[in-house]
Amino acid sequence: MNIVVCVKHIPDPNIPGELEGGRLKRSGVQGVLDPGDEFGVETGLQLKEAHGGEVTLVSMGPPTAMEAIRRGLSMGADKGLLVSDDALQGACALVTARVLAAAIKKSGPFDLVIAGVESTDGYTGTMPSTLAELLDVPQVTFVKRLDSADGTIRADRQTAEGYQVVESPLPALITVTAGVNSPRYASFKGIMAAKKKPVDNLSIGDLGLSSEEVTSMQQIASVGSAEARKAGEVIEDDGTGAQRVAEFLKEAKVI
Amino acid sequence: MDFELAPEQQEFVRTVRAFVDDVIRPNAERWDEEHELPMDAVGQMAELGLFGLPFPEEYGGSGADFLTLCLAIEEIARVDSSLAITLEAAVGLGAMPIWHFGTEAQRKELLPPLATGEALAGFGLTEPGGGSDAGATRTTARLEDGDWIINGSKSFITNSGTPITSFVTVTAVTGTKDGHKEISAIVVPTGTQGFEVGKGYRKMGWLHSDTRELAFNDCRVAESSLLGERGHGFRNFLRILDDGRIAIAALAVGLAQGCVDESLRYAHERSAFGKPIGSFQALQFKIADMAMKTELARIAYYRAATLKEQGRPYKKEAAMAKLYASEIAVDVARDAVQVHGGYGYIEEFPVCRHFRDSKILEIGEGTSEVMRMLIARELGLPQS
Repeated sequence: MNIVVCVKHIPDPNIPGELEGGRLKRSGVQGVLDPGDEFGVETGLQLKEAHGGEVTLVSMGPPTAMEAIRRGLSMGADKGLLVSDDALQGACALVTARVLAAAIKKSGPFDLVIAGVESTDGYTGTMPSTLAELLDVPQVTFVKRLDSADGTIRADRQTAEGYQVVESPLPALITVTAGVNSPRYASFKGIMAAKKKPVDNLSIGDLGLSSEEVTSMQQIASVGSAEARKAGEVIEDDGTGAQRVAEFLKEAKVI
Repeated sequence: MDFELAPEQQEFVRTVRAFVDDVIRPNAERWDEEHELPMDAVGQMAELGLFGLPFPEEYGGSGADFLTLCLAIEEIARVDSSLAITLEAAVGLGAMPIWHFGTEAQRKELLPPLATGEALAGFGLTEPGGGSDAGATRTTARLEDGDWIINGSKSFITNSGTPITSFVTVTAVTGTKDGHKEISAIVVPTGTQGFEVGKGYRKMGWLHSDTRELAFNDCRVAESSLLGERGHGFRNFLRILDDGRIAIAALAVGLAQGCVDESLRYAHERSAFGKPIGSFQALQFKIADMAMKTELARIAYYRAATLKEQGRPYKKEAAMAKLYASEIAVDVARDAVQVHGGYGYIEEFPVCRHFRDSKILEIGEGTSEVMRMLIARELGLPQS
């Protein structure tokens, strides 16, 4: 089974981020493999362990994004492909999907593409669906459990109320939630092995993309701070307290 | 001169830190209360390959260097000294003697289960009647019909009674040569008749590491269980202890760093007289000193470990690193409790446990006094 996992190198979410021209400052900031993508890498590795095949990591970003690919290779993935090009700075989700689609097609035939539900920095959550359309394969989003056999996958798909069981033929694209597995830690042996694994560096020219295709269609008008959370409501129990708590929970659709 | 760790060491440190934050930090206080080595956590440390770090892959190891092992010990000790000493003793005292002094057959048989962390081993040197005076060994082993018959007892032996302990290497007097005791090391498998593992001690700290008293009553093992040459036991364990001292220094640095981390956090969070306590110079100076001592101790153990890796003499530097790091660890832990005030005396705050865990660092694997003797000897001072 040939599996492609999309990975993103993001500023360490544990360090408060800084803005630079309406965008998150990325240069000179400690970067990490997006924690959401670790679940994707783990899903890919488990499928490979069950069915054989290869796990290829694909990323777009500045040259430092190779760190994220190295991280995934340390966990056990087989090879990596990074698209790096100055023209891609500040690329929107559509451009990112176009670039990743071209890179995935170039890397060879695949059975499954895995992505996180959304990135931990940009949070648009639109890139994977766009990518599936561009690759012309079915997509199963919000996967919280996955089985695969005989050219199909069967996934439990998280919804607001519960979950759906969805089957899809391969090739396909899935996005995985944080509940899907526990990503493994990279061992020292894995870290050393990663140094010898093949990685490709490509520019948009190598992918045959035109400058129009990589021009962002989305402009950021402004960026502001989120409103601070308001303090909760305090109810003095005058005998109706339990009733009001029940109403509150009903309103929140918890009961 | 370049003070940077190799990129793969930096990445490994980040991995171990994430593991410690996810698996160890949420449980360390509870384990401390339960006084029992958490075997699940030991298993997860094994999966990460920690127990085989400095051994070649063909023996089940990871092929890393000794400094990388020390880095892992430091990271764990920032949060949990009991698990850090479990790792330090497992590798440094359990597996390392086999690696250094075992025959090829002994290495092939005994090392892989230790390197993969499926099994733990102990090193029985200290006796009820003598720790620093290791030459005063009273345990005896005599050859009889192709077997060693061992009699005596050992004290404070780490990892000797865990559910996965497979053997303990013990030092014993096997005769006399030129009027001196001839000391040898012998591998004694767990469960051998006449080998009794006592129950755990009631300790001040390191509460969930496994430390036991061992008794040998006509305990019989095959002659081939001799580890290293007969009569070389004393010389060999001195070498093992030199390495162990660097690792204990790393453990001490980890504990001190944990205390600095906790104190920094608390100095921001806690207010007095309308200001964060970290804004008061009295505490700023204290925490600055704590951080400085920790950093200097770290450089000392990096240096000793690097000398060892380069195959250069490191006995003096190892002793200095161990002495300095363990003494500043006790100072830093005491100061961290002071920064926390009354809360530092309460178990809900990790610095309370760190303070209890710190004292043993000035005692185990060579006391501060022995370290000073060693350094003085290395400096060429006249010996009494």
